[in-house]
Amino acid sequence: MRIELEKRPDRSAVFALASPVIAFVLTVIAGAIMFALIGKDPVEALYGFFIQPLTDIWSLNELMIKAAPLIMIAVGLTVCYRSNIWNIGAEGQFTVGAIIGSIVPVYFYQWESPLLLPIMLVMGAIGGALYAGIPALLKNYFNTNEILTSLMLVYAAQLFLDWLVRGPWRNPEGFNFPQTREFVDSAVLPAMLSSGRAHYGFLLAMLAALAVWFMMRFTLKGFEVNVIGQSQRAGRFAGFSSRRMVWFCFLLSGGLAGLAGISEVSGAIGYLQPSISPGYGFTAIIVAFLGRLNPLGVIVSGLVLALTYIGGENVQFVLGVSDKVTRVFQGMLLFFVLSCDTLILYKVRLIFSGRHAEEKAS
Amino acid sequence: MIVEAILLTVITASTPLVLAAIGELVCERAGVLNLGVEGMMVMGAVGAFITAQLTGSPYIGIIGGLLTGMVFSLLFGFLTLTLVANQVATGLALTILGQGLSAMIGEGYVGKGGIKMPSLDIPLLSDIPVIGPLLFDQDFFFYLSIALVAGTAWFLFKTRGGLVLRSVGDNHASAHALGINVIGIRYLAVMFGGACAGLAGAQLSLVYTPQWSENMAAGRGWIALALVVFASWRPWGVLIGGYLFGAVTIGQLHAQAFGIAIPAQFLSALPYVVTVIVLVIISRNRRMTLINTPAALGKPFVPDR
Repeated sequence: MRIELEKRPDRSAVFALASPVIAFVLTVIAGAIMFALIGKDPVEALYGFFIQPLTDIWSLNELMIKAAPLIMIAVGLTVCYRSNIWNIGAEGQFTVGAIIGSIVPVYFYQWESPLLLPIMLVMGAIGGALYAGIPALLKNYFNTNEILTSLMLVYAAQLFLDWLVRGPWRNPEGFNFPQTREFVDSAVLPAMLSSGRAHYGFLLAMLAALAVWFMMRFTLKGFEVNVIGQSQRAGRFAGFSSRRMVWFCFLLSGGLAGLAGISEVSGAIGYLQPSISPGYGFTAIIVAFLGRLNPLGVIVSGLVLALTYIGGENVQFVLGVSDKVTRVFQGMLLFFVLSCDTLILYKVRLIFSGRHAEEKAS
Repeated sequence: MIVEAILLTVITASTPLVLAAIGELVCERAGVLNLGVEGMMVMGAVGAFITAQLTGSPYIGIIGGLLTGMVFSLLFGFLTLTLVANQVATGLALTILGQGLSAMIGEGYVGKGGIKMPSLDIPLLSDIPVIGPLLFDQDFFFYLSIALVAGTAWFLFKTRGGLVLRSVGDNHASAHALGINVIGIRYLAVMFGGACAGLAGAQLSLVYTPQWSENMAAGRGWIALALVVFASWRPWGVLIGGYLFGAVTIGQLHAQAFGIAIPAQFLSALPYVVTVIVLVIISRNRRMTLINTPAALGKPFVPDR
């Protein structure tokens, strides 16, 4: 048996919508098999992973908390990946955004003012954008591969944060724990609902998604991104500069990742500590692809991926399954998304060797 | 002798980088960019550790690591070669899945003492002062890495098979027109890359730190990718680059041990920062990189029917 691909004359509109859904279903099936292999009842495990977290208010709040950074980062990444620019260092830009955004509440830890939060958010976004500017600069002026440089900078940023919270920024009254002082009340993103912890970071993420969707759909810049992404040559003929596009994509995605970083620290954590992200920057890559590189799709896929975090914690708690299950689900989902995308551009045929030989003969 | 001890650790730190990079080099010479080296490496590490534990033999462990890496790379091959999925995204997927899967599989083995790989000394030669113990009293992986670099250099540039492989990476349309099975050769190259990354992982969990811990590749897979660029896709360059980076890694560890006044985190960041700097220096020479980069690198191939 072989698999043959035949190019479709046009993108299949049906499969453009259906492929993420098929991918999700395949992931659930593969997940069921995996749970069965490790000796857990698949139905019970899948219920605990995907359904149970949706049944109470507390975990719905947690879902929004986890979805906020994923959506915010992934929205920026969609613009990058659409224009064939590969920023995979969002995790580092997230970290630097959190650090730069925390400068004011760490150094002026007694200052309370309604201005404080806006200052932090702006500084966080600028921090993330500047950090993303490094791979952009290196790509534009030295022709350096942005995949490798943006990723190397992730490790550097995480080590820098580790140094800060164990060294100069350590809370002097904190019993030697590696963390900064707790932020004052006006440095904390307030809760959005009366029912729980979900904070305004989620609203910020929605706004970011809508704004980027509007830009991609209705502005010249959005058109430019799509043209350069499809063919650099066509872009050059249209007079679009790919160098400026590299700047634009990195600064935008880095800024959003930085904003996500400071929102996470000020909304969900309340101080800086050595580890501030369970891999949001990398998971956001999956979110972007599952959302079909469309900012509105990203909102949906961000919620789905947030569910994998909550579901992973839940099955760990209820069934005693390793929390590593989360990462496996995320990886499988990305695999299935990428394979199902083939259906959009190609007709896939399974050829059984016997029949193929007959065709040749006739 | 302290210098000798330092050089020994440099060799141990460099070997996994050389192994993973030489596999990726062959893969890229065939036109396939596999960013999943990090994922294949951790899978190889956990596969090798568990097979060594179960069988009690580090040598069967090596085979376990090799096979795990190779089988895992087939996932990448199926998506990018058969289903023509985007190579960059699929490579990332391989890394994400590998990190999760290896952590899950290896969870019960965390903290267990590993089986130390014995060193193989070559009689007579290992008695030579200084270079004897360094070059002729090493573990299996060291000899293997040198042999693989030499073998790859010979295969790529001195054999017909190597010519075919390079032609597939430089112009898949012409190669296809000449009757070469482009997809088949790319599958073989991807599997070779997976096997080498698996071996590199096995070296980590059997020799470098004989135990299993989550994410023990710690970015080495990505450094191996950078090494291929550093080497301008030439095998001996991988060897030189691997030892340069091994030296940086060990240098920062020794600097920490000596209590140098620079914070430990800054020293730990050094290998990553050096990678960026080296990439900048190499890539600046646009003409040079253009000549050596396989022309079809990262471009999918769908044969007409």
